Formats: sequence, structure tokens, C-alpha cells
Amino acid sequence: MAEIGVEALEKFFGTFHAVKAASFTVEDGQFLCLLGPSGCGKTTTLRMIAGLELPSAGTIRLGGEDVTMNRASARDIAFVFQLFALYPHMNVRRNIGFPLKCEGIAAKEIERRVVEAARILRISHLLDRPVSGLAGGDRQRVALGRAIVRKPKCFLMDEPLGALDTEMREAMIRELRALHDRLGATTVYVTHDQLEAMAMADVIAVMNNGVVEQVASPRDIYDRPASLFVADFIGSPPMNLLPFRGSLEAGAQAIRLGEREVAIPAAREALAESDLVLGVRPEHIRFTDRGMVRGEVYGSEYLGTTQIVTVTTRYGALKARSAASLSFHIGETVGLDFRPDTLSIFDQQSGRAIRTALHQGGAHG
Amino acid sequence: MAEVEIVAVSKAFNKTTAVSALSLTVGDGEFVALLGPTGAGKTTTLRLVAGLEMPDLGSIRIGGRDVTGDAPADRDVAFVFQQYSLYPHLTVFENMAFALRAPIRRVPEAEIRRKVEEVAGLLHIETKLTNKATHLSGGQMQRVAIGRALVRSPAIYLMDEPLSSLDAKLRGEMRLELKRIQTDLGATILYVTHDQTEAMTMASRIGVIEAGRLLQIGTPREIYQNPINAYVAARLGQPTINLLPATLFAGAPRGTRTIGARTEHLTIARGSGEVSATVTRIEHLGDQSHLHLDLGGQPVVTLSDPEAELAAGDVVSLRLTNPLFFDADGARIAA
Repeated sequence: MAEIGVEALEKFFGTFHAVKAASFTVEDGQFLCLLGPSGCGKTTTLRMIAGLELPSAGTIRLGGEDVTMNRASARDIAFVFQLFALYPHMNVRRNIGFPLKCEGIAAKEIERRVVEAARILRISHLLDRPVSGLAGGDRQRVALGRAIVRKPKCFLMDEPLGALDTEMREAMIRELRALHDRLGATTVYVTHDQLEAMAMADVIAVMNNGVVEQVASPRDIYDRPASLFVADFIGSPPMNLLPFRGSLEAGAQAIRLGEREVAIPAAREALAESDLVLGVRPEHIRFTDRGMVRGEVYGSEYLGTTQIVTVTTRYGALKARSAASLSFHIGETVGLDFRPDTLSIFDQQSGRAIRTALHQGGAHG
Repeated sequence: MAEVEIVAVSKAFNKTTAVSALSLTVGDGEFVALLGPTGAGKTTTLRLVAGLEMPDLGSIRIGGRDVTGDAPADRDVAFVFQQYSLYPHLTVFENMAFALRAPIRRVPEAEIRRKVEEVAGLLHIETKLTNKATHLSGGQMQRVAIGRALVRSPAIYLMDEPLSSLDAKLRGEMRLELKRIQTDLGATILYVTHDQTEAMTMASRIGVIEAGRLLQIGTPREIYQNPINAYVAARLGQPTINLLPATLFAGAPRGTRTIGARTEHLTIARGSGEVSATVTRIEHLGDQSHLHLDLGGQPVVTLSDPEAELAAGDVVSLRLTNPLFFDADGARIAA
């Protein structure tokens, strides 16, 4: 197994700048998700790591070795695609063993490794079945089997669960992460689904317009988004963003929002008066009649244990998560309070997060 | 808008039963969601109502009239498909106006304009009306597809996973919008989905469907709090309900094989107790953290209290409050 290093990677397709100075490191045994909307450059980045595209500039290292110009077949990686490309005329056993057969490995060794891969994926009972009759999840397991049987240095996966329905996808998320924990193979996983990334990754690299906006643990990405884009992309519903105009002194512990003071994590930098944005996660909003922001209930969405309440305010529609036991009526006036130690502040123009006590000791922001 | 009744309808394709003796009434102005996995018979049910399939048995009634033998065009239904199929050479306005321009409808031009503009406003695409339909984002195209159905005032809207091609953020926004529009228009909707969040947040009632059978129908709260069996219980709720062997806890009613425990049924405290478990993992999903426990070899997943500061390896005690009980067949037993 091996570390993957991506340094200052660039990719142009004609005049289109698909990937801009992307840098990150996937440590040996780590599971990294490249997360972003369609067209953000995540798949192009993955394909460059795989050797399916050549970068316009930059370096890719595998286990310390510069492989930037190596062919895909010389990189010792396994690629798992979104669509299960299985050979329809072969049974499960032959599908899984196929890559080994191509490498000219002895039949006995192939059999041993296929059986092992099937055991890890819990599809031993399917080995002699034709792949055509298999359910979506099982087909994806066979596709994974074909990747792990080669024992590559690392796995590259491009939205492998995209074609499955919700329930199957949730089951496969658990399975993939458990599989990773057993094999410990360095993995780069591309997805546009933040829930997949949050549930599986050790580290998430969020991409937007070809730029890597933040590389951090799921928890940091969620709690301490480095930019407005990340704050808005992560979370369902995403972070509430309240625009306001104001200045900040280093050490300031409150901002002025309308006529009210709102407590914030102490600022670590000073800012002249400018357009700023206050970021509040839905679960950090509390309903109270004395609340500093008032608004009207627009709707509530029941989710069982919790509910999402949408409130229209002078700062736009805010979404709050509350216990499902509380009852709200459309049109009702409510007051909202924010949990001070969790708030983020962004510079509107650059989108950059302002450094505060929230980032204590961290390398973010 | 009108009441739609599906009466004891069955449909098989060759030897495969798709829908089996299914009865369901969608009340006038009601939003009913059929929730089930791929292959459960949801889409077939929708197509039977639309007249795109003929039932082998049973009947379909719309507004009190038996339409079982009627062609789709004579049923006064509007269908929204999962894959939006817009006319690429037409503008958004013309796409939305298309159904109203059918010769048999004879809608006056001024009325068409009024209706299209009204619906475009509801869907927040009023500024896109002169755009070519193909010069839109996926989310906007899907809004146009929904808009095309909304400009008509049919007896019922039939929607087949209309949001599944949208990304998570847009899907969340559209859920709220669609529900709002339905309430404002008093529209009758039969909506098919495999996404429990869509069903829970939009539907007046949810029908849980499995292998062509309607297992239970009720309000989201009824289905969530009072499922008739373990299968239904596991369809709603995140994390999924824990189905635990009855032997692990004392006090279950006679005949209980499985105890169903959701987050709100579980009280977790640090240190061992009558029933103890070990923390195996805490999964930070952002808005919620899932606490994974090992209860005598049995995995338990619950929402973790962010203030509890538990870590892997910690021993905790578990207490149940009003959990659900199921017998050997998975059927619910009263507490």
C-alpha cells in the first residue's frame, strides 16, 4: 500500500481550465473523498491519478515515486467505475478472476484469491451464478471483487454507488467503509453526494470550479468550513448564510446584526467595514420568544426524530432543526437564537472564512 | 381535482406479479406517497392509474367514474416522469404551454399566458420563460417538466420520482416548494418514491409498498410511530430502527421475538447498568452523529448526544422507553 501525493496539478481541455493548482496528500491507508458538484474537476483529478489523463502541469507521486508520466497499467492501482462493467457471459467467479488471468497468474493462485475476495465481500454463495441475474448491490460487490483481487497499492473509485437506490446505497456505504477498514488500502473516492463523503471518508477534499477549496476531516469540513462554498455545499439542509455589513476587531466576541448584538467565537483577525456573512447550522438554531432574529414559519418537514422548520426572516429563509415533538403553524411568528460557539463568519467578496476561536489550533480558514 | 380510487387492482407481467390486490383511495386535495424499493410495484401502480397499463383484475375510479377501460387521454390525469422529456427546440414558455395548446382543449391565448406565468412564478422560473429548454440546468429543466403538468388542472397529478435526478441541495429545496404548491393549489397527487425523506416531508399519507402489496397506509407520524410490522418500521427513520432479540431486555410482552428501538426509545448513560454495551464507533455525519454500539455481539446504532463526549471503547448502559415489539413473523405486538 502507498501514499498518494498530488502537487500543483493543472489540467486544461483546450481553453477550459478543468483543474487549478490542486494539491493534497492521501496518506498510506487513508480514505479520501473528492467531493463537489458535477463539472468541478473531481473526476478529471481522479483520472489523472489513475493515468487515464495526463496533467498539463504538476506532479503525481505513488508511494514516493513520481508516476506523473507513467502509463495507467504501470501504476498498480485499481479503478472502480460507476457503471458495473461486468462480462455478461461469465459467472461471478470468472468475472472476479479475470484481471488475474490477464496477468497470467496460475489457476490455483487465482482460485485462492477469488475465494478470499468473495469471502471478504460476503458473496461466496454467488460464485457460480451468472452475473446477469444479480441484484444491483451484488453486481457492485462483484465489480469490487474484481478490483480487490489484484491487491493493488490503491483504489480509485468514481461514484461507484451512483446507480443504486437509497436503501441499497446506505447499506453499501457501510460495507465499503468496513471493507476499507479490513483491507487498509489507500483509497480515493469521487462523489457529489456529501452524505457518502461524510459517512465514509477519513479526509474530504471539497472541489469547486477546478479549485480544491478545503482538505480536512469530515468533522472539520462540517464544523469549520473554510469558504462560503463549502458551508453551502455540506449539510442537508446546508448552513444558513445571513448577509450583514460590519467590521471586526481582533478579539471581538460579538457582531451587530440589525439592532441586535450576536455573540460569536472571538475573532482572530481584524476587518474594516465590509460585506460579511454569518453562518449558522440548522441544528444550532433554538426557538425562543426572546430570540434575536424574528420571522414567520413558512413550513415544517417531519423527519421522525427531528423536523426541519423553515422560517422567513429579513435575512432570507432560515432552516432550523428541532425535535419532532414541537409543533409549528404556518404563518406563526417565532424568535430564533443561535448557539454562539458554533457560528462561522465569512468575507462575502472572497468567500473566505474569517479566523475566529472556532479555528483554535487548527490549520483551517 | 377529484378523488381517485384504486380498487383491488392486480397486475402481472408474464409470471411476475407486479401489483397484488392493491386498494387505495387518494382523497380530493390529498398528497399520497407510495414508498418502496426498486421493483416493489410503485411505478406500475402509477401507470395503472394513468391508463398506460391495463389491470388484470380490479378497477380504477376517478371522481366517482369507472375509468378502467378508458384510454390515458380520456382520464384527465397529468404524469410527471423521472426523466424530464422537454421539447429541445421550444422555449420554456412553449414547453409549458404545449399541453394547453392541444386542439381539443381550445384554451384562449390570454388564458394560456396567464396560466403559464402563474405556474412559472410558483416554480421560480419566471425569468427563464424565453430561454430554450435545453439551455437550463438540470434542476430548472425538472421544474419545467413539473410546470408542464401544473398548468393543467387535471383530476390528479401522477409523479414518478420527479426529484431523483436532482442533486441533494436542490432536492431539499424542491421538496418544500412542491409541498407548498400542492397546498396552495389544493392539488391531488399520487407520488412514487424510494426516498423516505421525500415521503415523510411531503405526503399527507404514506403507503408503504413491498412486492406489489400495500402493507400500511397512514400519515407520516402514524407510519413512523405505529408501524404494523418490522418491515414498515425499518422503512422510516434515520438511523434505521434497531431490531434486537427480545432476550436482551426484560419486560417484553409474551410472544415478542424482536424489539424495535429507535433513538427516542433509547436512553444511553455512561457506565455499565442492567443492560450494557460498548461504544464501537462514533460517526460524525455533520448534522447528526451516529453512535455505534456493540450489545453482546448485536450492533446498535443511535443518534449520539453531542454533549455526551463518548469515545470508542467506553461502556454505556442502555434503557428502553416505550419501544416497539414484534412477534416471530415480524408483526407488531401491543405493548
